[in-house]
Amino acid sequence: MDFNWTKKDLLSIYDLTAEEIVCILDTAEEFKKVCQRNVKKVPALRGKTVVNFFVEPSTRTRVSFELAEQRLSADIINIQANGSSLQKGETLLDTVKNIEALQADIIVMRHSAPGSHNLIANETSCGVINAGDGAHSHPTQALLDIFTIREKKGDLKGLKVSIIGDIRHSRVARSNIWGLLKLGADVTIAGPSTLVPREFESIGIKVCHNLKDALENADVVNLLRIQHERQNAGYFPSTDEYAKIFGLNHNSVKYLKPDALVMHPGPINRNVELSSDIADGAQSVILEQVTNGLAVRMAVLFLIAGCLNK
Amino acid sequence: MEAHEKLIYDNTAIALAIDTVLDAIMTEFRNTPLDDVALVGIQSKGVVMALRLREAIKKASGKELDFATLDINMYRDDIGKRKKLPVIHETNIPFDLDNKKVILVDDVLHTGRTIRAALDAITDYGRPALIRLAVMIDRGKREFPIRADYIGLNIEIPEGRNVKIYFDDKPSNDAIYEISK
Repeated sequence: MDFNWTKKDLLSIYDLTAEEIVCILDTAEEFKKVCQRNVKKVPALRGKTVVNFFVEPSTRTRVSFELAEQRLSADIINIQANGSSLQKGETLLDTVKNIEALQADIIVMRHSAPGSHNLIANETSCGVINAGDGAHSHPTQALLDIFTIREKKGDLKGLKVSIIGDIRHSRVARSNIWGLLKLGADVTIAGPSTLVPREFESIGIKVCHNLKDALENADVVNLLRIQHERQNAGYFPSTDEYAKIFGLNHNSVKYLKPDALVMHPGPINRNVELSSDIADGAQSVILEQVTNGLAVRMAVLFLIAGCLNK
Repeated sequence: MEAHEKLIYDNTAIALAIDTVLDAIMTEFRNTPLDDVALVGIQSKGVVMALRLREAIKKASGKELDFATLDINMYRDDIGKRKKLPVIHETNIPFDLDNKKVILVDDVLHTGRTIRAALDAITDYGRPALIRLAVMIDRGKREFPIRADYIGLNIEIPEGRNVKIYFDDKPSNDAIYEISK
């Protein structure tokens, strides 16, 4: 399909059309092949400067973006919140303006404030890529999840995808839900009622509070990390209890179809949301998600670099 | 055909052009085992041209050459400077390029920039013994020191105009148009 990408920013999956999502996925397929060659580098972003601006700490996303940028031959600067001028009281917009004044081309940002990317995207001629903003959005994670599903299962139309865990606080869940709905998948979310609000039903997805219903008939299950902080905040009594009731383990796996994919955005809490034997088992595509993340991020950087008026 | 398009060559001229390229290739490689020779079509119309050539070579020699498709958009020198972002098509090189005699195929040779990118791309996949360039049309106005080895047609295109080859599923409907930019 010859669809022409026209956006200088990737802020949220919600902003994308189905055609735009498919354009990114198709482009990523070719970049995945680049990652499998002997020479894993292309000169597509030669002479471009990408600033990885991680106000909120991140390892896997930052490393994935950084490697993607290197494979595209971009020049890279990493800024972390610790030690940045934000700590000295500089506003976010001023920091961005300073980055822009250095003739940077693309800013990859993670920030705890939802919508912070929309704020800066309007104020800078740099391309802006959202690498996570609070509980709001994490578009490249959703794109790599959807890429992995499409690679394994083909067309997403009518595919049954269950997302299990802390939906309330999860930008991964929100981004996945929007992307999956746009491509026609049937989405179910599951977890304790404190973490899986009923309000989600209004956007056309199924909400359930028991694991069996979420696992049965699912083509894909995406398990989210249960953060220990949530237990301290009283969302559920204990991680052990969570593991027993909502964890995918040797007890609950019997509800799962043998060809269903098991996904996890990482990092895994082994034996909480997912037991080790399943995380490392034949149905797990968790490490393939990591591999695909690189290709998807290369595709996003490439498409955005092509739309900058610089 | 749209109003601003002017037909300049029909399918017979295109068939002749392919014969011209075919003859030149068969002459150069008359002493080379064709197993060592491969066609690499540049996406997207170079691929169609390369498929036509492959068919012609098969008719002439009974041999079906190794065939690859190459997309050069990751190797362009004008990313961000074009009005429209190019769409990446498939690169598929199902054989080892090392020591192959590669015939790179494109539809139109103009500035030479696409070929520069293609040479960079191809050498990232392997180390061919040699690379030749076959084109359907050479329209001149080169910006890089690049030339084709096998040329179907030399065409002068006036300033501000462009040339477009229309490859149909049925080669009898192939045609070449002069169009406004």
